[in-house]
Amino acid sequence: MTAEKMALAKAINESLRTALDADPKVLIMGEDVGKLGGVFRVTDGLQKDFGEERVIDTPLAESGIVGTAIGLALRGYRPVVEIQFDGFVFPAYDQIVTQLAKMHARALGKIKLPVVIRIPYGGGIGAVEHHSESPEALFAHVAGLKVVSPSNAGDAYWMMQQAIHSDDPVIFFEPKRRYWDKSEVNREAIPGPLHKARVVREGTDLTLAAYGPMVKVCQEAAAAAEEEGKSLEVLDLRSMSPIDFDAVQASVEKTRHLVVVHEAPVFLGTGAEIAARITERCFYHLEAPVLRVGGYHAPYPPARLEDEYLPGLDRVLDAVDRSLAY
Amino acid sequence: MTVESTAARKPRRSAGTKRTAAKKPPGAQPDLVQLLTPEGKRVKNGEYDAYVADITPEELRGLYRDMVLTRRFDAEATSLQRQGELGLWASLLGQEAAQIGSGRATREDDYVFPTYREHGVAWCRGVDPANLLGMFRGVNNGGWDPNSNNFHLYTIVIGSQTLHATGYAMGIAKDGADSAVIAYFGDGASSQGDVAESFTFSAVYNAPVVFFCQNNQWAISEPTERQTRVPLYQRAQGYGFPGVRVDGNDVLACLAVTKWALERARRGEGPTLVEAFTYRMGAHTTSDDPTKYRADEEREAWEVKDPILRLRTYLEASNHADEGFFAELEAESEALGKRVREVVRAMPDPDRFAIFENAYADGHALVDEERAQFAAYQASFADEGEGK
Repeated sequence: MTAEKMALAKAINESLRTALDADPKVLIMGEDVGKLGGVFRVTDGLQKDFGEERVIDTPLAESGIVGTAIGLALRGYRPVVEIQFDGFVFPAYDQIVTQLAKMHARALGKIKLPVVIRIPYGGGIGAVEHHSESPEALFAHVAGLKVVSPSNAGDAYWMMQQAIHSDDPVIFFEPKRRYWDKSEVNREAIPGPLHKARVVREGTDLTLAAYGPMVKVCQEAAAAAEEEGKSLEVLDLRSMSPIDFDAVQASVEKTRHLVVVHEAPVFLGTGAEIAARITERCFYHLEAPVLRVGGYHAPYPPARLEDEYLPGLDRVLDAVDRSLAY
Repeated sequence: MTVESTAARKPRRSAGTKRTAAKKPPGAQPDLVQLLTPEGKRVKNGEYDAYVADITPEELRGLYRDMVLTRRFDAEATSLQRQGELGLWASLLGQEAAQIGSGRATREDDYVFPTYREHGVAWCRGVDPANLLGMFRGVNNGGWDPNSNNFHLYTIVIGSQTLHATGYAMGIAKDGADSAVIAYFGDGASSQGDVAESFTFSAVYNAPVVFFCQNNQWAISEPTERQTRVPLYQRAQGYGFPGVRVDGNDVLACLAVTKWALERARRGEGPTLVEAFTYRMGAHTTSDDPTKYRADEEREAWEVKDPILRLRTYLEASNHADEGFFAELEAESEALGKRVREVVRAMPDPDRFAIFENAYADGHALVDEERAQFAAYQASFADEGEGK
């Protein structure tokens, strides 16, 4: 089988199917993941093919979902848990932060917690409150968790495979507004390491670093900038914990300018950490401060205002102009 | 609603507890399962006698020995805290019967999810008591291998482990095994959402789990009345599984009721809630001061219901144990105290690089980087002799 074009949601579905097929210990758990196939249909058809014992519709209690997934992992299972929307994860935050993240260390390494928590995240779909948030920094801040987000179908397929194989808990943020975007999935390719960033567009004047839903925006910004004679490099970070600082450093040493873009609020966000680290690593290479483009320190706005809140092409290019003007 | 009718809905304290009549009228506990009275008399119980019918004098002496040694270990740990050898200790004093009775009901392949006070259950599972002290001394955060005794790590955040127990039990059911899980928690934890969710999950998946609630009457300074207005065991009814209140100071009753509940689980009949009605004779932990919130009279009323005393009375009256047994146990008890003392005092501080160990199973680039920075920082003291 060669590369096949499919939507990001379908790629995750295929990846889950592959994992269920390969390992009887893999379980899918979540609200409405069974018959319905999840509110975004990411688990569509899996219960039909693998049964209710392996694709489990759960009670509507997020802490219960994650807490019982921990127990199943202790019994030797590899649960892949779906949290229906980003804003619904907080009832489970205690189980994730206090138990899931720390239990391996608490046991001095004697037990492992191979749990994947899938969270559709981010805005841009005109949703009601609590359905458009980007809480990745709240998880990346916690030692013991790994945090990743694919930007395209090919990565989604392989990153999910790698997350399920990981013996550490992985928070898997799925860019919900890209669920229907199609790209190539090559199931025979040998994927790169899960936590390595990838240059998706080469450039020489400035580096745009992004992940998940913002990679596409950055690619569009780079294309627009090219028309103005600016050569932007676009880096898909893919992983927010750990962050591939080496890749960012290598790019910045070449371009000497860095703009980090994410939907999440910039205050204490992924971009803040990257700015601090890259300032340390590349102090003598930088020709401008590291700039960030992201959400504001305000609750996610009602849908009619989300285009003002979310970083778009123009806001990214505005930051590019400010950086290059230094 | 009259004052009396409000009071009537609340769980009643035992007779002899001195409280204002309007707030807590004296009266018998509702449906309390008891096989051995505080006076050490064996009383018949049609439902639960069967579960201890074949118990031998040797096993009875074993239960007694377990309780005595657990209490001795507990007292030693309290002393070690007073001597500065431990940072903190959570005493189980008064709860020996609840823990030994339920712990001895478990089978080797069953799995136990404790709070941080289940020293008696740990003893029954064969966990070396000295291992329990590492986290209270501050040399680790638990550290024993849960799978070597099917005894999970102590859980400090109240109630979280009931969900882990439920998930583990769901896994047992998926495996088609006939093992069972027992989850410990207390009256305070019964208010936690995680406990409620574990009741829901275990009920809808019919998971083989026993919820063993030690109602020791106090959640630090808050009485059970601050957690519930119905007897805790009655909560099970709303979730669709049975709940039983057992005399938590009666080791035989705790053994029988827990066996019954575990066997239900093994037969595929799902979860059970056992409320062991007991009393925390000591402070919440060594940092607590119960004189600020509860009366001596209440403790005194419970003292006559002591779990060890009543079994001793029974053993003596039925000629199941002689003076030699008690003397030998006394010596064993002192030897245990001595060994625990020595082990704790010899317990070394961990290597400073242990900070970074086991943060992840598969490693993490940032942890590697920070460990290297920490090592370089420590190495910078090399010419001053030992690293600071």
